[in-house]
This record gives sequence, structure tokens and C-alpha cells, in this order.
Amino acid sequence: MTDAKPVLHLDNIVKTFPGVRALDDVSFSVMPGEVHALMGENGAGKSTLMKVLGGIYQPDGGAIYMGDERVVMAGPLEAKAKGIVFIHQELSLAEELSVAENIYLGELPRKSFGRVDWGLLTEKTNAILKKLNVGFDARTRVGDLSIANQQMVEIARALTVDAKAVIFDEPTASLTDAEKVVLFDVISDLKADGVGIIYISHRMEEIFKITDRISILRDGQYQGTVNTSDTTEESLTQMMIGRKLDLSRNASHHELGDVALEVRGLSCGKLYSDVSFQVRRGEVVGFYGLVGAGRTEIAETLFGLRDAHSGQILLDGEEVRINSPADAIQRGISLVPEDRKGQGLVLGMNCRDNMTLPQVDDLTAGPFVAEGAEVAIFDQYRDRLDIRTPGWKQQVGNLSGGNQQKIVIGKWLSMHPSVLIVDEPTRGIDVGSKSEIHKLLRELAAQGYAVMVISSEMPEVLHVSDRIVAMYSGRIMRTFTSEEVTEDSLIQAISGLGGDKAA
Amino acid sequence: MQPNTLSRALANGAIWGFIVLELIFFSVAGSYLSISDQAFMDYDNMLLLLKQSAPIGIIAMGMTLVMVNGNIDLSVGATFAIAAIVLLDSMTWPIFAGLGDWVIPVAWLLSLLVGTLLGALNGLIVWKTGVDAFIVTLGSMLGYRGIVFMFNGENPTSHLNWTLVDFAEAEFLGLATASWFLLAVTAGIWFLMARTVHGRNAYAIGDNREAAVNAGIRVGPHMMINFAIIGFLAALSAVVFYSESGSVNPNDGQLYELWVITAVVLGGTKITGGAGNVIGTFGGVIAIQLLRKGLGHIGADTSTVNLVIGLILIAVLFLDRQLNIKGKEELKV
Repeated sequence: MTDAKPVLHLDNIVKTFPGVRALDDVSFSVMPGEVHALMGENGAGKSTLMKVLGGIYQPDGGAIYMGDERVVMAGPLEAKAKGIVFIHQELSLAEELSVAENIYLGELPRKSFGRVDWGLLTEKTNAILKKLNVGFDARTRVGDLSIANQQMVEIARALTVDAKAVIFDEPTASLTDAEKVVLFDVISDLKADGVGIIYISHRMEEIFKITDRISILRDGQYQGTVNTSDTTEESLTQMMIGRKLDLSRNASHHELGDVALEVRGLSCGKLYSDVSFQVRRGEVVGFYGLVGAGRTEIAETLFGLRDAHSGQILLDGEEVRINSPADAIQRGISLVPEDRKGQGLVLGMNCRDNMTLPQVDDLTAGPFVAEGAEVAIFDQYRDRLDIRTPGWKQQVGNLSGGNQQKIVIGKWLSMHPSVLIVDEPTRGIDVGSKSEIHKLLRELAAQGYAVMVISSEMPEVLHVSDRIVAMYSGRIMRTFTSEEVTEDSLIQAISGLGGDKAA
Repeated sequence: MQPNTLSRALANGAIWGFIVLELIFFSVAGSYLSISDQAFMDYDNMLLLLKQSAPIGIIAMGMTLVMVNGNIDLSVGATFAIAAIVLLDSMTWPIFAGLGDWVIPVAWLLSLLVGTLLGALNGLIVWKTGVDAFIVTLGSMLGYRGIVFMFNGENPTSHLNWTLVDFAEAEFLGLATASWFLLAVTAGIWFLMARTVHGRNAYAIGDNREAAVNAGIRVGPHMMINFAIIGFLAALSAVVFYSESGSVNPNDGQLYELWVITAVVLGGTKITGGAGNVIGTFGGVIAIQLLRKGLGHIGADTSTVNLVIGLILIAVLFLDRQLNIKGKEELKV
């Protein structure tokens, strides 16, 4: 690899924004046929770097080389023309249009009178789809495809140009394990064709599975490049956050209280069926499974967002019907949703107003909102949860992911719930804040809350849970205690392999 | 994949089912309630219906294009009125006095040109300012209507050219001139939307604007062209209608935008853009005209017509929503 010319070389890239040095002398190279991981916490500068590479930002210093040639990316189209292709985490497709039209979006082949040359379009598209070995054809409507297949459409789009370097940005975020295998096959094909690949991901297992080298950024600074085979998860984490991360198992040492929440035989069509479990006060129960295993849907049912078709929900031993979120809140159930920005927060509102949103009806002085009482609540939970913000007037949209999540948690704690359901507690949150959130969840359990944690990250589930409920395809496969669980048995259970069904 | 295709087929076919229902209902109800002894489904009555659909229908084809593109145009009624005034007034201008009946094509061209320019102006503002099309055309709706009143106050603008009236009232192969224009425009816009690169890009922009931008589609020019087309069609609609009537009131064309949008939405175009076609819109136009005519036939007055159409619009959209979420375990709102 040493004598070959890199397909892409970034040389001392500097990018500053008012008040921030977002990229500070970042250099690294991608060799042909190499899968090069780019890692770093959120805010470390990965996206800024990729925007520089994609021509969306112009660097303030440094240069980009492709082969021996210095190149300047004036815009996204120029980057594409030079063979640099991005597969974004958020898919950028027109759902109502066909696969072929999406792949050649902006470059539809023309005949006379500006007509689309459908014959040529279909032919070219099918040739590419054949290479990817997918199960749909050029005329399929994109909206009818699964997320994984939609991602294949994005990848197919990358193959229409003579790609020199392909950048995958968190490509597996919404894929199932089977779909990941297909994706990794495509990546190894690209690799065999001598394409350089930049692979951005937080998921260690993938990084170790498919990458050759890893470059790490922290606070906009280049921390170094290591060979994947020579490094460990621990040392990578240390490079990313500058210290060690505690991911040990963490069973409760305090006494557990009564059963706060019990679910018996809960079913909802194809989404989940015959689900039964208990959560005690003082306990963290982790729900682990693949995307689509039905975990979020159960949480939505408990929070009154989705009706179950059959089964019982018991709070403190008493059967309840929860018809709406208002019902759930009143009965002491809170949900910290998966999509923090979309479902958990009103981004344009300030910290205080977000925090007091569910109870602002009660915080009144005559006909007016009692702002003083609101500020008092905000102050209380800012201190308790260690929320770092310049003040309550700060717009929530400007906070970091970790602090946003704490606002959501604080919002519910201020309602004095007994059951706290947290769906993907650390999605999109950087490694440092992650451990704070984990610690917070443990503390809340110790204070007597019954905590349900839904997570797709195994280390997280193992770290925070007293018990782990493994789900596969809408069913509970097995419940583990933290003493007996092993990574292997957990994986088996959530893949539908082995594991007797016991609740 | 299958249920989705089914529900889409249902949604696309729904408007035609609705039309059949209307025909049956008005035929049956008409035989009891109607004061006239003419059957509702009479051949001449249906031909008349097609002709009467033309003014709204021609504009609706343009609205389909604009709405699929992710925009909306509220100014079409005012553009319609301006184009009508230009058409009728220009025929009396002294500079055209020597042209004889050749003034007709000149007046037509002038009127169509004005409509196209007014539409293009909307598009240019939407493109260059980035302000939402709803707001921009709400402004131009008021502004263009203001121009109409500035021209002749509250008075109508009239001019009858008998050659023109003869042309407008002529029939060819059994269809009135206006009907032919409606069919030609439908075919033309269908070709544009389904077959050309511009049309497909319009869908892409309406569906996922960011994706379109990322793919290097120049969003602004496409949108401006579509606004110019709807402006042209609003003027064409005026030209076809006022060639026959010969007199325009300053209030003419008011609420046209709402009728047009109703027809387009009934025809299955997504209000957020990205999906829809002119065949559905054609169905929507016919359905509305049938309803207006049919209710008249059984003796209902105009206010009842509006009430019924309003209710049906909401009912249809509700039905569409139900069809699209059927089978999913729905999340409550």
C-alpha cells in the first residue's frame, strides 16, 4: 500500500467559523482499495471535513490532492464530477419517482423536444442494479422500497459516475443485520475495484470488521491514524475523548422496590405480540433488539400513542387503560422518545419553556403563566442533571445533543413520574456525554424510579441494565439478568436463533 | 409493496368512481326533482358540461404542474381577469385599427403574452426571494386584482367582435372550440409532465427539493417556467371564454384559484407536491362541474352547491387518508 498513490490526500486542512476553529491542520490520505474509517465524537469536525471535501465549504487553509493533482472543489457538482461520491446518513431520494429516475436525478437522458429517453434510462439503470445484485428493478417506485433498498439506490447513484472515492456517513444507522451484510459486500466490491472508501461510523464492531485504517479527530484536531488490526476499542475511545470510558457491567446494589409497571400478554397486530414483562422500582430494564423488533412500538403503547389490540397494562398492581399521552403522564409514565429533535423538544423554544411544557397549564398566576415558577423548576433540574447552558433563555436547538437529552429527561422528572421510558437514550450523542447519560439513568433507578431503556447499542444495554429483555420480530425471546447475560447469547436471542421464550 | 400499489390504484381511480356515482345520482334524483323534462345524462347536456368545464379546466392543468412542483398559485383568477381585459380592450386600440379581423390573433397573442409574463413574474419572485409561493401569489393575487380595478374602476370592459364570437361558438367534430382547447391543453401538459425531462424534474423538485438540488437540478428556473406556463394557461382560459362573451367585469375570475385547486386536489395531486397527474385533474374538473350542474338540475341554489362541494372535498381527502393508512397500526395524533 505504501508505494501506491493515495486517491485522496487532505493536507493540513483548516476551516474556521466565527469564534471556532472547526478544523485545525487536519491531514490524512485514502489509498486505492482501502476502507478508511473516520472517527470522532459529534462536534469533532467530521461533518465539517466532509463538507470541505464535498465542496460545500471552502477550506481556509490547506489543500486537497487527488493522485498528484491539487484540486479545488467549487461545489457539490464539481466534487461529483471529480469522482467523489457521498452516501449520506439521511437519504436524499424522491419517493414518488422510480428507481431509475432517482439514480439519474438531474441527468436524465434526453431525446428530441426535451423528452426523457426511457429506454436508455431503464437499460443503464438495470445494468447498475444487476451489478449490485438487488431484488428490484428500474421502474419500482422508491417509496415502496425498504430503507435498506433505498440506500442501495443511493449507492447505485454513486456508481453512475466513475467514483474514485466514496464516503459512507453512518450507513448502517437504520439497517438490519442482514442488510448490513449486503452493504458490506458492496463495499468490498468497491474496494476490489480500487475505489478509496471513507467510512464514518460510531459503531466499533463495524469499524473493526470492515476498515483497514482509522483516523481520529477530536475538537477539530487530527489525533492520528492507526491500522485497524493494531488497535483496540479502548485505545480508540481514549483517542476520541482523551480519557477512558467506563463501560463495565453495572447491576444495582440497592434493594429493588415493588413492581411499578407490569405488562401481560400485550399484542398489537404485526408490530408485537404476547409481550409480558415487569419493571420494579429501582430497576433499569434494557430492551434490546434489531430495528423493527417492536420495542419502540411497545413504548408508544405504554405512553398512550398507540392502541394495543389485546393484553393488560398494570401500574402498581392495578390494571389501567392508557388512551392518550395525557393519561400516561397523569398516571406517572414518561417517555423520552427516540427522535429527540422531532418528538422530544420544541427546538425553537428556550430551555425553560421546553422543560415546563407538560405542566405549563398548572403553572399559572391568574390567567397568566407564572414565569417565576417556571424558572425555579428549570434551575432545580439544571442543577440536578448538570445541564450546561448559558441560561434558561438559550434556545434548545443551540445546545449539544447530551444537554438536549437532559432537558427532555428533566422535563419528565419535573412531572414526578414513577416509570421513565427512555428510547435510544444516547442516539446522536457524543461519547463523553453518553457516559453522563448512562450514569444519570443509573442514579435515577437508585432514587426509586422504574426505568425502561430501549437501545440498539449492545454495550449501552449491558452497561446500564439490571435485566435485559431481548426482542425479535415483535416477541420477547428471552429475559436475562445482568449476571447471566453474555454478548453471544444476547445476539442469538435478538436474531431469532435459539433462546427459549421466557418472560 | 402490493397493498401500496392497490391503495394507489384506488386513490387514482377514486375520482372516476365518484363521477359515475354523481351521474347515477343526478339521473335518478333528476327524474323526480327536476323541473326540466330533459334527462340529465342527455348527450347535448354532457357536451355542454365539457365546454363549461373549460375555463376552470385549462387553468387546473397548469395548477397540477405547479402543485406537483411543490408550489401553488393563488393569482390565477386575477391573471385571468387581466388577460381578459387585455384581449377585449386591445381590439379597440387605434394602432390596430387598420388590421380588420387580423386584430384577433394580435389581441390573442398580446393577452397570452401578458398572462405568461405575470406568471413568470410570480416565478421569478419565488425563485429569487425564496419566499413561499403561497405568500408570493397571495400578494400578486391582491396586486393583480388591484390592476384590474385601476384599469376601468367598477365598470365592465366590453368589446364584441362577431368573427371572434363565431369562432368561439363554432363546433368541430361535435365539440365546441372551448372543449377542444381543454382537451389539447390536457394532452399537452400530460406530455410535458410524463414525458419530458423538465416535467420529471418538476416531480423530483416537489417530492424532495434537497435531493433535487444535490443532484444538480436548477430548481429556480424549473419553477419559474412552471409559473409562466400557468400564467399562460390562465390567459388562454380567458381568451377562450371572453372571445365568446365579449364583456369582462372587474370581479370576474374571483375564487377561480379555489375552484382550480379544489379540482386538482380532488384529482389526487398531493398538496405537498411530488405526486399527481393531469388525468386525475381532468376527472376533478369534470366532477366539480357535474356537481354544480347536477345540483342546479335538481333545483338547488348556488349557496347549496358551494356547501356540498366543500363537504365533498373534505370527505374525499379524509377517504384518501384512510385508504393510505389502512393496514398500518396507526400512531395516534
